[in-house]
Formats: sequence, structure tokens, C-alpha cells
Amino acid sequence: MSASAVALLVMAAVVGFGAAIGFLAGARRKMDLEQWAVAGRGFGTVLVWLLMAGEGYTTFTLLGASGWAYSRGGPALYILAYISLAYVASFFFLPQLWEIGRKHKLQTESDFFEKRYTSKRLAAFVSLVGIVFLVPYVDLQLTGLGDIVRVASFGGIDKTAAMVIAAVVVAAFVFASGIRAVAWMSILKDALLLGAAVAVGIGVPYAYFHGIGPMFAELVRTHPRHLVMPGSTKNLGHSWFVSTVILNALGAFMWPHLFAASFTAKSSDVVRRNAVFMPLYTITFPLVFFAGFAALLLVPGLHNGDLSLLTMARRTFPAWFLGVIGGAGALTAMVPAAMLILTAAALFAKNFFRPLFAPAMSEDSVARLAKLMVAVVTGVALYFSIHGSRTLVGLLLLGYDGVTQFFPGVILGLYWKRVNRVAVWSGLVAGVAAVAFLVLSGRDPIAGMNAGFVALCLNFVIVGVVSLLTRAERNGFESADEADAAVKATGGAGA
Amino acid sequence: MNAEREGRPTRKPTLGALLLGSMPFLAICFSVPLWDRIHPMILGLPFNLFWLILWIPLTTACMWGAYQRERRAESIAARSRKDEAR
Repeated sequence: MSASAVALLVMAAVVGFGAAIGFLAGARRKMDLEQWAVAGRGFGTVLVWLLMAGEGYTTFTLLGASGWAYSRGGPALYILAYISLAYVASFFFLPQLWEIGRKHKLQTESDFFEKRYTSKRLAAFVSLVGIVFLVPYVDLQLTGLGDIVRVASFGGIDKTAAMVIAAVVVAAFVFASGIRAVAWMSILKDALLLGAAVAVGIGVPYAYFHGIGPMFAELVRTHPRHLVMPGSTKNLGHSWFVSTVILNALGAFMWPHLFAASFTAKSSDVVRRNAVFMPLYTITFPLVFFAGFAALLLVPGLHNGDLSLLTMARRTFPAWFLGVIGGAGALTAMVPAAMLILTAAALFAKNFFRPLFAPAMSEDSVARLAKLMVAVVTGVALYFSIHGSRTLVGLLLLGYDGVTQFFPGVILGLYWKRVNRVAVWSGLVAGVAAVAFLVLSGRDPIAGMNAGFVALCLNFVIVGVVSLLTRAERNGFESADEADAAVKATGGAGA
Repeated sequence: MNAEREGRPTRKPTLGALLLGSMPFLAICFSVPLWDRIHPMILGLPFNLFWLILWIPLTTACMWGAYQRERRAESIAARSRKDEAR
């Protein structure tokens, strides 16, 4: 058998096994929206860990991180820094959000905005912004998957064909099993990803340099400036690093899919404990960096740095193992893509379409519409991955800048009595507009700082000032509590 | 169990937990000019990479401390709620 056929066969087996787990995960359960979107809030520490890791560690982990080490050098360290700090930051608000989420039956990030600020329109706007940034993220996964399959099959499978097949499979198991599919598939995906990272990150330096130390010694000799910031870039220095790390650490859990993932936990303690141990998982990143650095020495001048890790793997390992890495890479794209698609579909049906166009819709119809939207979202993302051509990290940075603009509304909504609807509206609109303007007009970084960070500061200032200048409003959660209490006191309905 | 939670505003994190949580931020974000260098190389790694890898377990250690503090605060809050209920 040819090398290409062996690699393809192994890859297909891995993906097929993963997809089977996905389909079985939701079998024999009635999939209402609560089950489909937040798994009935029943996951323990291990499944929540896997779900979060499954969503947080995407093709960007494998391709983008090695690509940054390869083409930019020192600035790549921001990835290692911000992921740990995102969990640190989440420790201080996710458990609190979980408590509120259970009490007020929140399923999505937009639900939080709707209930806290008693505004369906604000929630619909949050959903719209969320969807706009989720779709490119799905896109990013599909594009990465196409690259992985093409390289790992020695060009045996065309990129477009790979993306179409993967998209159909993902849409199918999301449709069938909802979030349970994502959590259970993560077990296989994480094990394979960790194995692939260890094999590539340690195997490659040993194969060509007899060790990691000698490889760095060689790098220090030949590329002394590559390893510290700004590395091989002109403008990604220390102020860029600090602003980007803060932005991403605060913004990571503002991604609607990660925000909602915490609702699957069975207690706030599970969420809190996860925040403590998740940073340990970032150990995969140094390994992936090693592969990128090795590639810089061995195969300089690659047109697309994101392919450096795969190129090294193909040079170093036998075909069957390349198939394993390719399969791990494909699942690493499919698992987060599934969650992104699910979240975008739920946001559209529950928080955008129903409140604005069909207030009388029943819960069952919302669940049906959400499932229908799975196909639509997947189709749109697929269209953009086939026709668009932007690099992986560029899209991710725009997305992060955008979703982080939710942060003031969430954190102040939790901890500050004064904050109100008008203030959050103004800050959010200004923040998103500033991001769009700065990034799309090529002004990122601005004055050495991440444009999204500048927009976030603007957002915070506006929310603060407007809150203080306008009339205070009731916290929507408290009003809801009182309404409940009143119902109980009169011995009312539902008892 | 739900009933005793009603009407309670979100409890703010304890000061101790916040201080412990700010340590990783200081060590791996704000102090970047101090550690972003190649020498001294440790275990064959450039210093900046070594420093960030070192802080992976240290971050979890800090957060474990923060977790203990939050747990204690939760149980104190729960006890005082029970006393009130009596």
C-alpha cells in the first residue's frame, strides 16, 4: 500500500471512531433544548474538564501555535500566557454565573443579558454579534482541517473534499446528540492530541538535533532575535504582549460556546475546581512550539507557517503515524466546530429569532429551529472556508477582539449594582464599532497595543460613565426573584 | 436547597483569593520585560520559555490556594444563612 493510502486509512479510522462516539453519546435520550444545549446540567468535573479542553484547544493549538513559533517567534508566547490566565480570570466569575444560570434557567450567554438587563433586544444584539464571530471560528476549524487532511494524506485528498465531508459529519452528530457528543468525543480527541504533541514536540528535536537543548542552542546561534519579543515581527513587542494577554484572558470565556459550557456542570464547585486545574493542560503548547522552532531551522521559507508542524511530522514519522496525527488534528477541528455550530444555532433560534419574530413559539419549536440552524450555520461556514482566504490567526484575533466586548456587561452585571441597560448597550456598540474600525482599517496594533484592548477600555469607560449619569435600574435577577417569591406567597401556580 | 439562595446577591470573591489570583497575572503578564530574555538558558530552554513553563504548575498552585479560601468563605456564608433562617 502507498504511504498516502496508509495515512488516509488510519485517519479515516480515527475520525470514524470519533464520530461513532459522538452519535452514541446522545442515543436514547429525549433531546429537548435543555438536554441538547447544556446536557441537563449534569456533568461532573471530568466531563466539564474534557468539554472545556475539547472546545478551548482547537486546530489553532496544533497549527496556529506552531505557525506563530515558526514565523513570528517570541510573540507566540502570548498563547501560553493567556490560556492559563483565562482560567485564572474565569475562577472569579464562572462559578457565580453557574449559580445564576441554574436559578434562572440560563442556557446561553444571551440569556444572561436578557435576564440581567430585562431586555430581549439587547440579548438579540448580543446573539447577533456572537454569531457573526462564531461563524468565522467554525470557518477557521474547517480550513485547518482541510490543511491537515491534505498534508497528512500526502495530497491524496483534496482540501475542499475534506472540508465538505467533515462539515457533514459534524452537523450530523451535533444534530443527533447535541453537547453530549462534544464532551464524549473530547476524550478521544484530547488523548490523541496530547500524544501527537508529545511525539512531535519531543520526537522532532531529538531526530534532528539530538535533543531540545541542542535545538535551542542552534536557534540562539542562527536566529538570536527570533526567540524574544518582537521576534521576527516589527510591532509585536511587550506592550502588545501585555494588552493581548489581558484581552484574551478576559475574553476567552466571553466566547458564547465557552460561556455556555460552564452551564453543563452539575455544581458551581465543579466549575471552580476546573478553573484550578485547567492551566495544567497548557503544557501542550511548549511542545507544539518546539515543532515550530525545529521547522524554522530545517524547512525555512514555508509559504504558510501554519503548516510547519505537519510538514515536520511528515518528514519525521512513518505514514501510519502521520495518519494518527492527521486524525487527531481532524478531531481537534471537528470537536470545537461542533460546539461552535451548536451554540450559534441555539443563539439564533432562542435569542434572536424567537424574541424578534415569533414570540409565541413553543420550546419544542425553538429546539427544532435550532437543529435546523445547525445545517444553515454549517453551510455558511463551509461556503466561506471554500471561497475565503484569510489566515488562521487573523480571524481568531478579530473574533477575540469582538467577543471580549461582552465582558463589561457580564462582569459589571454580576458585581455592580449601578450598571444598567443603556450603559451596556452604549459600551457594547462603541466597543464593537471601535474593533471593526481599527482592525479593518489596518490599525491593529495601535500605539503598540492590541486594538481590541483599546476598544475594551473604551467600552468600560462608556459603561461606567453612562451608568453613573443615568437613572439606576433594578437588577433583572432580583426582580425575577421577587416575582417568584410573590407567586409562592400567594400559593400561586406551579406548586 | 434552592429556597435558601433566593434574593441573595452574588457573593464577591474573597480578598485572599483575589490576591492569589493576581499572582499569575503579575508573573506571566505584567512582568514581561523582566523575563523576556534568552539567557540564562535553563534545562536547555531560553529563559522566557522556561519561565512560562515553570508558571504552569505554579498557576495551579496559586489557584488551589484561592479555591481553599473560596470554599471556606462559601461555608461561612452558608452557615450564617442557616442562622438567619432560624
